[in-house]
Amino acid sequence: MISVEGIGKSYRLGMAAHRHASFRDALTGVLTSPLRRLRDLAETGTEEDTFWALRDVCFEVQRGEVLGVVGRNGAGKSTLLKVLSRITEPTEGRVRLRGRVASLLEVGTGFHPELSGRENIYLNGSILGMRKEEITRKFDEIVAFAEIEKFLDTPVKRYSSGMYVRLAFAVAAHLEPEILIVDEVLAVGDVQFQKKCLGKMKEVATGGGRTVLFVSHNMAAVRSLCQRGVMLEGGRLTLDASAEECVARYVAGAVDGELQAREVFSRPSCASIWMKSATIYSNDEPSAVVPMGSDITLEVEFATEHPIQYPRLGIVIATAEGENLLGTSARYQPTFELDEPVTGGTIRCKFGAVPLLARRYVVTLYFGDHFCDSHTVQSALTFEVTEQDLWGMGKAPPSRDSLMYWPAKFSFEPSEAALQEVVG
Amino acid sequence: MSMTIGTAAATTQLSASAPSQDAAPEDDSYELEIRPRRGWISVDWAEMSYFRELLYFLIWRDVKVRYKQTALGVAWAVLVPVLNMMIFTVIFGNFAGVKNDLPVGMSYPVFVYAGLLPWTFFSSAISLGGLSLVASQTLISKIYFPRLFVPASAVGGALVDLLISFGVMVALLAWYHVMPTWSVLALIPLLLLLLLASLGIAFALSALTVTYRDFRFIVQFMVQAWMFVSPVIYPVRIVPPRYQWALALNPMCGIIDGVRSALLGRLQPWHPMNLAISAATSIALFVFGLYYFRKTERRFADIA
Repeated sequence: MISVEGIGKSYRLGMAAHRHASFRDALTGVLTSPLRRLRDLAETGTEEDTFWALRDVCFEVQRGEVLGVVGRNGAGKSTLLKVLSRITEPTEGRVRLRGRVASLLEVGTGFHPELSGRENIYLNGSILGMRKEEITRKFDEIVAFAEIEKFLDTPVKRYSSGMYVRLAFAVAAHLEPEILIVDEVLAVGDVQFQKKCLGKMKEVATGGGRTVLFVSHNMAAVRSLCQRGVMLEGGRLTLDASAEECVARYVAGAVDGELQAREVFSRPSCASIWMKSATIYSNDEPSAVVPMGSDITLEVEFATEHPIQYPRLGIVIATAEGENLLGTSARYQPTFELDEPVTGGTIRCKFGAVPLLARRYVVTLYFGDHFCDSHTVQSALTFEVTEQDLWGMGKAPPSRDSLMYWPAKFSFEPSEAALQEVVG
Repeated sequence: MSMTIGTAAATTQLSASAPSQDAAPEDDSYELEIRPRRGWISVDWAEMSYFRELLYFLIWRDVKVRYKQTALGVAWAVLVPVLNMMIFTVIFGNFAGVKNDLPVGMSYPVFVYAGLLPWTFFSSAISLGGLSLVASQTLISKIYFPRLFVPASAVGGALVDLLISFGVMVALLAWYHVMPTWSVLALIPLLLLLLLASLGIAFALSALTVTYRDFRFIVQFMVQAWMFVSPVIYPVRIVPPRYQWALALNPMCGIIDGVRSALLGRLQPWHPMNLAISAATSIALFVFGLYYFRKTERRFADIA
């Protein structure tokens, strides 16, 4: 069904400088160094200034198989999906596909805020590759799934972010391609809707012999949806096995991998508000190793294109297996107030001593303004809580059976009967 | 853009695929191949025809969004050329040089509106088309569809405006008692030429704007300057006949002049030589724009 044969994708370093190349540079380039220009035109860089986002990736997917693609940030997952969904061309190798392909790298691609829900269903459906009559046929189903009956003719700019995401996912969920390529779209909406999405995804994946490629940081979702998995590390395929095995290896990797207290993020292509870096502090020292019981603080450095008055940060801490433990967001919690709009700065979020047991944890960050998130980084930071004999008992709270310890106070009251027995 | 459809048989299979079909997938001819490509890339007409509904939706979105928040709505499609007509009539209508060269019996408002009709379309098609790819960055980096549709839909949106503003032309002809002849039928091939020229330029400009953001500004000035070398406010006759071929290298010269001849019947003679030269440059621009776009489009997602 899908056969990936030695796919590689390289970007030239200095491409960043090239990206917004100005016409003047191109003109002067031709005059000053005609040879370099010729080389550029031939699109062959020297080995040193090329970066391989993906290299020598080979695998096959059979019809009806649901394949999970796992890997850390920057492992090449997104690039692989972009190549498979024809958004970008590979530098080497080839892919052969059989069947109608639909890719969902984002929900709501092509949604226009000025258009009504009804209009956006048609527009988005058509962008995703549906025929008009197909959309008309599924229209009621889509509307019912999104639960937006009453707001069909309201421009989507007046939708709450929840409604917006529900509608966007609903359209995508009703695609019926033979091959479906999905990137992390389940991480949307409230918990209940996420469950609904996961259910729908399962239905899509299992019914009708559909082939699905599924990328996620959510190991629980990968385990429940996929039979097989491949793992990418540094642009190369390092494991092609059962989904269980992949998840186990990913979790182990999250356990063994090197920890960094500070992670730097690149600006997403379309975001006008974005995070530049995040740092984790343990007892005010930058460190991704957190002794049990120490104070955890997160710092996020951000930048914006235009001044904003209400920068809002949301944080979710999950286990390495993908189970969400706790979340906090400045949208529903008291937060700082700014005197005037800013175009950047650092937000500090003090968690205090979170009663986490000795394990690895991953942090997902959501950043935006008062209305919506514009930059999300899944698994932005990984940190490890180490065992500590918190109360001088000669042992640390065991991390086998639960997710948190709790410093509850135990006390004793003798019962009446027992008292009488002693007296009597 | 990064994919070729394997064989001719495969393309027919692809366009025939109904969404809910379960029978076809095992078929070997259903294959798509993704691999790196070099040099000039052919235009995949079959694929575009498969996606044609998307083109319609994109045009519809552009038109709808453009007028949705304006108080006067679609009336702007008429107002822009009408206001331009009034301004030009006041400024140039009584200019001796222009007036004396007008065909006998023609009044300036009719003359200038007939020129503004194709010109307004052309200028908005190439300026909107030129910016279209940059404006659709998110779409391009998140989903695959024939990239040519992005500038094409901008041109399509301008075409809707053109059809609306044509209504005013009809009213003007009636008001000034200009009796159209059978030559109005020539408007159809002229419209086709106008579309070819606009599409070609929009394709090339949009591709250039993605790579070199300078074109955002260049396009603005280009449109302004282009109007002065096009016979919008003046008749072709003010240029001596032996230099007219140079003017006609501009596709808009032959087209605007042709539209006037088609609409104004006996009042304005045809200039077949100019028209032929402009038609040739229109077609050449279209082919060049199309292939330049195809050549550069595989890099769009990486640099947009």
